[in-house]
Amino acid sequence: MSIVTLARFQFAMTTIFHFFFVPFSIGTVLIVAILETCYVVTKNEQYKQLTKFWGNIMLLSFAVGVVTGIIQEFQFGMNWSDYSRFVGDIFGAPLAIEALLAFFMESTFLGLWMFTWDRVSKKLHLLFIWLVVVGSMASALWILAANSFMQHPVGYVIRHGRAEMVNFFAVITNAQFFYEYGHVITGAITMGGIIVAGLSAFQLLKKDKLEKTTVALYKKTVRLGLVISLVGSISVMGVGDLQMKALIKEQPMKFAAMEGAYKDSGDPAAWTLIGWANEAKHEEVFGIKIPYMLSILSYDKLSGSVKGMDSANKALIKKYGKRNYYPMVNMMFWSFRVMAGFGALMFLVSALGLFFTRKKKAILYEHKWMLWILGMMTFTPFIANTCGWLITELGRYPWTVYGLFTIKQSVSPNVSATSLIISNTVYFLLFTTLAATMVSLVIRELKKGPEYEEQQLQLANQASVDPFDKGAF
Amino acid sequence: MSGLQFFWFLLIGVLFSGYFFFEGFDYGVGMAVQTLAHNEDEKDQIVATIGPVWDGNEVWLLTAGGAMFASFPYWYASLFSGYYLILFVVLFGLIIRGVSFEFRHKVPLKQKQRWNWTLSIGSFIVPFFLGVMFISMVKGMPIDAQGNMTATFGDYFNLFSIVGGVAVVLLTYLHGLNYIALKTEGAVRQRARNYAQFLYWVLYAGLVVFAVLLFFETDFFKLHAVATLALVVALVVLTVVAHVASFKGTELVAFLASGISLVVVVALLFQGLFPRVLISSISPKYDLLIKTASSSPYTLKVMSIVAITLVPFVLAYTAWAYYIFRKRIKQPVVVGEK
Ligand code: HDD
Ligand code: HEM
Ligand code: HEM
Repeated sequence: MSIVTLARFQFAMTTIFHFFFVPFSIGTVLIVAILETCYVVTKNEQYKQLTKFWGNIMLLSFAVGVVTGIIQEFQFGMNWSDYSRFVGDIFGAPLAIEALLAFFMESTFLGLWMFTWDRVSKKLHLLFIWLVVVGSMASALWILAANSFMQHPVGYVIRHGRAEMVNFFAVITNAQFFYEYGHVITGAITMGGIIVAGLSAFQLLKKDKLEKTTVALYKKTVRLGLVISLVGSISVMGVGDLQMKALIKEQPMKFAAMEGAYKDSGDPAAWTLIGWANEAKHEEVFGIKIPYMLSILSYDKLSGSVKGMDSANKALIKKYGKRNYYPMVNMMFWSFRVMAGFGALMFLVSALGLFFTRKKKAILYEHKWMLWILGMMTFTPFIANTCGWLITELGRYPWTVYGLFTIKQSVSPNVSATSLIISNTVYFLLFTTLAATMVSLVIRELKKGPEYEEQQLQLANQASVDPFDKGAF
Repeated sequence: MSGLQFFWFLLIGVLFSGYFFFEGFDYGVGMAVQTLAHNEDEKDQIVATIGPVWDGNEVWLLTAGGAMFASFPYWYASLFSGYYLILFVVLFGLIIRGVSFEFRHKVPLKQKQRWNWTLSIGSFIVPFFLGVMFISMVKGMPIDAQGNMTATFGDYFNLFSIVGGVAVVLLTYLHGLNYIALKTEGAVRQRARNYAQFLYWVLYAGLVVFAVLLFFETDFFKLHAVATLALVVALVVLTVVAHVASFKGTELVAFLASGISLVVVVALLFQGLFPRVLISSISPKYDLLIKTASSSPYTLKVMSIVAITLVPFVLAYTAWAYYIFRKRIKQPVVVGEK
């Protein structure tokens, strides 16, 4: 296998794994902050239990998110050294700012939050978790600014054989960046809501064995989660729609591949609901089409045509020279349908879920199958997020920096295939172990339930577990 | 070389110094979990000393890496790709130790020992391999005209680099012991001091070997004789100060001295590199220079403004966090299943 393929595989594997935990952390830390706010405002001890309980699950995600993030930071230099030389002048800046502005904040205040439950005032403690929220959202901001440059380079000139920054402001006001940030953050918030509602639903399946108070707590978090995922899923679909429209102009090839369209559409354009492409021959094998739909999706009206991949290919050859510009069409097409499909499903489940848990007639808790559906929803945001990134990154093919620098040019020439096979294998085994441990620990926390810690404290006849004693300096 | 380029070379040095000062004792503490503690309670006590701060400390490394990428992309690219497998092992170490803080605390007691081991082994791997990397880097590596390193096993691992790796492990371990002595009470505190008092004798021997190898294996003494000598002397003096302080029981002094000695090591390596950032063993023509490896003046300017605005805030809240956790950790009274 070529080093490019191995390096690409490794990048895909490590970022996808990192991004299982990233939106998990961003989403749940927000919910934990909301729960703690409820505690501080209402002084209701139940909210404190919930804060700690979901906080424990959030911390597990954070732990894995942090360690897999370190790989990301290093691998630009390790695996993509020529890329780093080419874009370092622009791309390094947001990465450094991310560490300075976001990571320090995130990790310092998370540390403070974890260990100061009984040491500082309630309000200050609440401030800590909100600063973690700000930090995690700021880290997404800067890394996505870097990624947006790759999708849509702005504010640079090509000088001394590399891309040099001439306008920092342009780099951070890139239109692509606003879409990406909006979409990723709302996706993360949706994920937080769905996970909290879904995991609570799983616990409620066994509600006959649980204490009454515990059941009440889980019911609370089902509703809280659903409210958040309702708001989140509406926003994520809204921003996604805008992104789609921007792509028609900015990256027509990506857009056409997401729609599986080789030929230019007629006017009005029909939308392919499901289909399959023969990628070698550049043709559609079959497709079930809905008339008018693509015009509506693209332009919000009943007319208008869109370019297919074949004409996008011609335009790209004319502009950038001869090479293969066709991305992995089936992957793009299906990833998009899975992502958007799950998005719609999340919206539907959130809306119906809220309806069926309303005070007057909370029938959701009585029907096991409803709880099962809600529980199974827990897995959908992981898949939707991964599919989203696959579209974004695979659709950029053959570029790493759109229109400027190709994947082939980017790879480290001096890292051997053997090295890459070693690192790929070890990462794979390591990730499998981490994921398995993580899942088993989340299940363990769920089994303990929100009231566990307090019960333990009562057993030991103690008020708290603060280990700090006399001053050291 | 412009003033901005020099400033960023200095800043990268400062960031790595901060990294070794802060994360240095984390590694020492991590290694101590399996080497110093006698029972599970003591392990918890030791880990609790860094529980709230280790992640923030690690960000120094991320910042140093990110800043290197932003200000010296050619340095970042050549260094990180050239040391691919070494850095891969470092990452492996960072991962297995990073998750153990959370995991060891949440797994059933039966499995806890497993994550104690990953914590200690990871905390050993990282300083050792970083030591090997930095020392072989200042010795010079086969770097070609394109800045690509194509080294063989012997370039990475030789007497000098291994002594360097061991020295860094020893320095961080001692730094960790001093930190434990400062931050705990009870049996652990006394034992940490005893260990340190003994290990400093080993360190003296190590420093002599290191200084001799530095003389023969690098061009430091030829290029910057005065500065190199001064820093080597400072290293020895700080070691003595820490040792004496450990005997006298002035734990804060011992801790600061061992921390600053790590800073001095970084300073020693960076001043020796100057005005280069990477040394080619093929030909001095291929050395990467501060002058040529950096980003454009515009980027450096933007980054300077950013750094000067943000760093004071970071330092302020970091200091505040340490202030909040200034208390010693007592023997824990653990609640929950045991
Ligand atoms: C949209 C958000 C997002 C994206 C696309 C990425 N990350 Fe990430 N990253 C986060 C959002 C995030 C986070 C939410 O801030 C994390 C996850 C869990 C955590 O603790 O922080 C994090 C952790 C994290 C860490 C550890 C920070 C620490 O020690 O506190 C590093 C070094 C990186 N990331 C670096 C990267 C790089 C170089 C990426 C590019 C490929 C990347 N991340 C993609
Ligand atoms: C965390 C979410 C992300 C995921 C899941 C993701 C996914 C992927 C995937 C699947 C590839 C491989 C594409 C291929 O084989 O061609 C890739 C490539 C790449 N991505 Fe991302 N990506 C993410 C975020 C980012 C960000 C934020 C950046 C930059 C800041 C980035 C930079 C790159 C680079 C440099 C490559 C290698 C070149 C290439 O193969 O196209 N990615 N990513
Ligand atoms: C109907 C709903 C949705 C639409 C129309 C939509 C649209 C899009 C489009 C067009 C892209 C590619 C953007 C680009 O390459 O520039 C994208 C990427 C992405 N999507 Fe979605 N999406 C939807 C739902 C979701 C959901 C529910 C999630 C996750 C919870 C999600 C997560 C992502 C992520 C993480 C990316 C990659 C980052 C980015 O480019 O923003 N999307 N989406």
